Amino acid sequence: MPANPSSESNSQLTLRHVTKRFNGRAGLVTAVEDISLQVKEGEFLVLVGPSGCGKSTLLSLLAGLEQVDDGSIKLDGADVVEPGRDRLVMFQQDALFPWLDALENVLFGLRLKPGLTDAERTEAARYYLDLVGLGDKEKARPHELSGGMRQRVALARSLAPNPRVLLMDEPFSALDALTRDQLYGDIQKIFTQRKKTIVLVTHNIREAVCLGDRVVLLSPNPGRIRQVFNIDLPRPRRINDPALATLAADITTALSAHLAEPKEGLV
Amino acid sequence: MKSPRALVPIVIGLLVLGFWEWYVRSGRVEDFFVPAPTQIGAWFWSALCDGSLASATWVTMRRLMLGFAIGAAIGIPIGALCARSSLARDTIGILSLGLQTLPSVCWVPVAIIAFDPTEAAVVFVVVMGTVWAVVIAVQESVLNVQPLYLRAAQTMGSRGWHLWTHVIFPAALPGIISGLKQGWAFAWRSLMAAEIFVAIIDGFGLGALLNAGRDLHRMDLVMGVMAVVMLVGLLADLIFFSPIERWLRRSRGLER
Repeated sequence: MPANPSSESNSQLTLRHVTKRFNGRAGLVTAVEDISLQVKEGEFLVLVGPSGCGKSTLLSLLAGLEQVDDGSIKLDGADVVEPGRDRLVMFQQDALFPWLDALENVLFGLRLKPGLTDAERTEAARYYLDLVGLGDKEKARPHELSGGMRQRVALARSLAPNPRVLLMDEPFSALDALTRDQLYGDIQKIFTQRKKTIVLVTHNIREAVCLGDRVVLLSPNPGRIRQVFNIDLPRPRRINDPALATLAADITTALSAHLAEPKEGLV
Repeated sequence: MKSPRALVPIVIGLLVLGFWEWYVRSGRVEDFFVPAPTQIGAWFWSALCDGSLASATWVTMRRLMLGFAIGAAIGIPIGALCARSSLARDTIGILSLGLQTLPSVCWVPVAIIAFDPTEAAVVFVVVMGTVWAVVIAVQESVLNVQPLYLRAAQTMGSRGWHLWTHVIFPAALPGIISGLKQGWAFAWRSLMAAEIFVAIIDGFGLGALLNAGRDLHRMDLVMGVMAVVMLVGLLADLIFFSPIERWLRRSRGLER
């Protein structure tokens, strides 16, 4: 892949003045307004905010599932206008295909990637199933797996075609706390091993601090960037780490302060 | 544990048949009006031995298979088209809904005028009986495919034909199968209507046999054929559709 010729050196994903509106029941609703952001190669960026702050909309825009109304999104200098293999998504529900077993689910994206032999594809799929700790479950159908295992298969499926950016749309929110803590560990391990660029959307501020290199706090109505926090805690981080809790509390305070502002506060 | 469950209906069935037999034999009802089970059985045995029942069943099944296959082959792509385009849905979709409510016997005059009383006329009626139910079922089940599957597949680079064959059809398959089952039921009904009304010289099906029974005032024949018609429908369900549906539900964890 050619090096990025634009001025934003070593930033891979660039958002400039991104605005997105929807036709709601109460007329035109601005979901996100004037968002400018740069995501560096190998960075773990977290978009966090209360519901209605447009964080999921922003992720859909990055995935190319929705198009921007104003502004631009560029990946490696090229405009993002449609879904593509270079930006794979992990959804809130696992979105595994129930008619395929775990291995076939992981193979789905790989099969669509040109330039590989079938043997290479199968090998890659097995490698990523092993990586998420499910090497022995390749023949299992999604319904035979627990929620956490399904989300792990979904992670393997998103990683296997080796996307430039991994997009995660609240993938842990439907899981129980114990499974979630395990997955935080797994994701960090994979992130440090593979140096993957990740954009995660969540409403859980602790989760954001636990996983992110940088946490972008969004505020609702319309969705705007409120504040950006750099998280310099060493990895692997544990969700119960006191330093992490302190930082999370700071961000929560910043959010509450904003929500308490009279003009744009919640009704 | 399995034998008691099968045993009870058999015992009840034998009791009912026994009572029926006794009631007719005791002279309380004329046997040309209600024949005894043994009389129906005698007809069944003779028709089985002289091969007339087998050949009529074969003629009927051939027409059914042909008409059903053509109906499904037309209905599936049209249903998919209706799911994809709202214009097709508002035109062909609405038309299908209307034509599905039309009793398939209504196609018999059309078929006779268009094709004369030939094999083609009978098959045409079966196709018309099948196709609309299949169109509607396919349209509905494709529209009900979870958008999340489509989004996930699209981000992985699945488009157009690949999306249809690898995501939409597999996801819609349970709905499509129950649509085909319904289409089959409609085809079976319309075929009987067609065979009773369209007299064809070269192919004597179950419906024609039924009609012959009427002409001859042979109630044993009429009831015997009705039993065979019922049996064929039941077998189609038991050995074809039900196993497929059960397998689909099991493999997707919808049934243990």
